[in-house]
Amino acid sequence: MIGKDRVNSAKAGDVTFRDVSTAHQQFRWGKTALWLIVVLLAADFLWAIANNENFGWATIREYFFHPEVVAGLWVSLGLTVVAMILGTILGLILAVMRLSDDSLANGLAGIYIWFFRGTPLLVQLIFWYNLSTLFPTLGINLFGLGLGGWDTNSVITPLTAAILGLALNEAAYMAEIIRGGLLSVDKGQAETASAFGMTRGRALRRIVIPQAMRAIVPPTGNQLISMVKATSLVSVIAMSDLLYAVQSIYNRTFDIVPMLLVAVFWYLIITSVLNIGQGYIERYYGRSDRRNSAAAAMQPTGEV
Amino acid sequence: MTQPIVQARNVHKAYDQLEVLKGIDLDVAPGEVVVMLGPSGSGKSTFLRCINHLESIQQGAILVDGEQMGYRLQGDKLLKLSENAIARQRRKIGMVFQSFNLYPHMTVLQNIIEAPVGIHGESRADATAHAMQLLNRVGLADKAPAYPRQLSGGQQQRVAIARALAIRPKLMLFDEPTSALDPELVGEVLATMRDLAAQGLTMIVVTHEIGFAREAADRVVFMDGGVVVEQGRPGDVLVNPRHPRTQAFLSRFI
Repeated sequence: MIGKDRVNSAKAGDVTFRDVSTAHQQFRWGKTALWLIVVLLAADFLWAIANNENFGWATIREYFFHPEVVAGLWVSLGLTVVAMILGTILGLILAVMRLSDDSLANGLAGIYIWFFRGTPLLVQLIFWYNLSTLFPTLGINLFGLGLGGWDTNSVITPLTAAILGLALNEAAYMAEIIRGGLLSVDKGQAETASAFGMTRGRALRRIVIPQAMRAIVPPTGNQLISMVKATSLVSVIAMSDLLYAVQSIYNRTFDIVPMLLVAVFWYLIITSVLNIGQGYIERYYGRSDRRNSAAAAMQPTGEV
Repeated sequence: MTQPIVQARNVHKAYDQLEVLKGIDLDVAPGEVVVMLGPSGSGKSTFLRCINHLESIQQGAILVDGEQMGYRLQGDKLLKLSENAIARQRRKIGMVFQSFNLYPHMTVLQNIIEAPVGIHGESRADATAHAMQLLNRVGLADKAPAYPRQLSGGQQQRVAIARALAIRPKLMLFDEPTSALDPELVGEVLATMRDLAAQGLTMIVVTHEIGFAREAADRVVFMDGGVVVEQGRPGDVLVNPRHPRTQAFLSRFI
């Protein structure tokens, strides 16, 4: 491109300068053979599965959009969304508490995270579901001074137990993710905001969180995908989610593997859609970088 | 005699055992341009950050526009202000940082109107018009829709100056505004600052640019070891320094 002729004609001693733009890619036999073998094996594997009667493809097709399955699917999706939103809000509050100078707030958040990360989600769910055995009524009851309340069994249904269990557990993980994101933002940003007279809350909302999002979004996508699958745990407390729906069908029909495969395909579809959504969100929060790639290459201005 | 914008009395500041400021007294009159010189570690940047209470002081008092920064008197008792009340006190002070500290997720225009709209309650239209006027003044009107990372260091610092001016400050603090810049970009920032000085803005500038002090300063304050060693008109302090430490410092630049 630049002075091709000059480059070709330039010689130093007995070395010939050949322009790299004329270079060819060597054909790689080994790699091509490997590709062929892998594709062949994969095709054979898929062929074997597709022709295996035991997988019950007809059953899978029959039940894929079965009303019970679809209803369970909506329950799983709804639980995921609600638990994730509540968990993220609570996680943000916990993260800010954890980062504050106030030792009370800091300590409380620390204990919360320690407890909810330290115990299995399945146990937490069963616990919430059986809350009435510990506290028959719920209400403010300072040292035995009853101040009214509700019957625990009327408050804690499978739905509320599932939301409570998933959201409170999620909050502990989100708190750590958000805390990491907030810490990743240059300290000078919060300082600048405060030099301009912003209150802490406003600085967090306008300056720090938008920049922290780039570090928060990828692990949150991970959490969301975990959450989709974690909702299957609520089947143990008789919450009719996707897994519970296919289980109750195979309890009648004994098509265990085909019905589980129905659930597996649905989980894969949901998580694939979420992956694509995550890509868009990441691009949105990276926009101040992207538009700049050409300019940045020309004039290294340094990270601010 | 009008009231000084900044009145600092016997300011002491220490980080743990390390005493950084050992009793600073300084008054800055409205419209005055004060340039603070001194070797690294002399405490000049720390003092600047104490003026808008980004750093707290352990002894003494700093008043800006007649208000004691970070504290209020209740009857006879001096009480610490809350974070939000301190934030309110800072709103009349503009600051320019060594590392620019533009908000990278906002465009140049958004950077400038953030404080006027969000904190000072200006309408978006007024703030935008004012921002464009300021960008014109620093010669970057065409960069309004750009993101900070698309700009050179010198351009970023000029935007940072426009951002600080947008709040119509009574006082501007410059914390080594050219120290992070490539040598060929220093000139454009200093030119902008010289314009501001000529227009009567009250400025306190911490810098290593002796040339800027000579041309733009009303007063040069030379600090070393946490105290003010010598101060006066640039023609006196820079040309005929009396204190040996000032002489030693200046001899390195000639």
